Amino acid sequence: MPRALTARNASMVLCHGCHLLCRIPPGGSSMEMACPRCGAALHQRKPDSIKRTWALVIAAIVFYIPAMVLPISITTTFAGSQGDTIMSGVIYFLHTGAWHIALVIFVASIMVPILKILILIYLLISVQLKSTWRPLDSTRLYRIIEVVGKWSMVDIYVITLMAALIKLGGLASFDAGPAAVYFGTMVVITMFAAMSFDPRLIWDNMEENHDSRE
Amino acid sequence: MQHDFLMACHECDLLHRIVGLPEGGTSICSRCGAVLAKRKRNSLDRSLALTLTGLILFAMANAYPLLEIKSGSLYQATTLMGCVEILFGAGMWHIACLVFLTAILFPLLDLLSRLYLLLPLKTNKPPWKGSSILLFIQSINPWGMMDVFMLGILVSIVKLVKMMKVIPGISLFAFVLLIFVLAGIAASFDTHMTWEKMEGDS
Repeated sequence: MPRALTARNASMVLCHGCHLLCRIPPGGSSMEMACPRCGAALHQRKPDSIKRTWALVIAAIVFYIPAMVLPISITTTFAGSQGDTIMSGVIYFLHTGAWHIALVIFVASIMVPILKILILIYLLISVQLKSTWRPLDSTRLYRIIEVVGKWSMVDIYVITLMAALIKLGGLASFDAGPAAVYFGTMVVITMFAAMSFDPRLIWDNMEENHDSRE
Repeated sequence: MQHDFLMACHECDLLHRIVGLPEGGTSICSRCGAVLAKRKRNSLDRSLALTLTGLILFAMANAYPLLEIKSGSLYQATTLMGCVEILFGAGMWHIACLVFLTAILFPLLDLLSRLYLLLPLKTNKPPWKGSSILLFIQSINPWGMMDVFMLGILVSIVKLVKMMKVIPGISLFAFVLLIFVLAGIAASFDTHMTWEKMEGDS
């Protein structure tokens, strides 16, 4: 297999802002250059991608725990007040026959965040171990978490609408519980984590391993 | 637009020479399958028309009540902003801010910035500070979550119908249309072409 001709090997760099391919002058480095078209700083790879992504992934795990354990909503009626965690809400809807709602909430609030965190950990470790195993599938995994991430926010919107409408209806009091804040923060952090990971690192390993064999 | 240019894949950094991409054509990275460039048909006109439609629908979606509820003799209606205010009043300001930013402010800024770029480009004038505005659109775009909000509305309706009578307001229909229009804007707005058209001004 011939050595792949990447922008880096050809001493060029793709601007992160406007995708302009810029030539690095001989002897210069991309570190102190700005894109001539959009003015963004040029980086060969996203700066400190692995460190930043690890930090954000760990932060997301830390926030995930209270988001699951603490009540996400608190309903107060004449009979007293009751807190519901995300999981107890899912089980409640499963029992009352609204399995489609249970499915939406389970997938969006419980599965997607875990999946994102696990995929990012896998990608980080495989990049750090210089793995050359199925880079195409790794890139596909990365694309999945990029697309799917924001859908976790659905629970936050549901709570907002429920709280507002039930308050208006005056039937009972419905409040967002402490887990809502942790949950929202966790979703935002996982989105930043996905953005800070650079998929080009997956492919860099292929070339480095190839070089060492030469 | 240039018809023959060098391009590096933004996902795997492989260099490609893109030759004679036909209108409506897409070029895909030969190694990782990422979309490298797309020449969109009639991009400027379509995205301008859709952006204007989007702004009108956005105004409707926010001006009219989203959901009306009836329980007994009580009748209430609320707009999206009303929901955020109630949450803010109840002390959940973090959630209120998150909802305000992702479901109201970012989608609005996204639409307005696109209009700001497209109007001068239509008359072949480079917009003032165009590059900063386009970078701004790219950075807020992932945080506009209208489509997720739509799913949130549907789930809440199903949850609430057990407790009270829920009547969808005009705003809800505007929302549904807006989701399709936003998807249309994403499909017709040609970022690559917009950057090239603005190359002269900065």
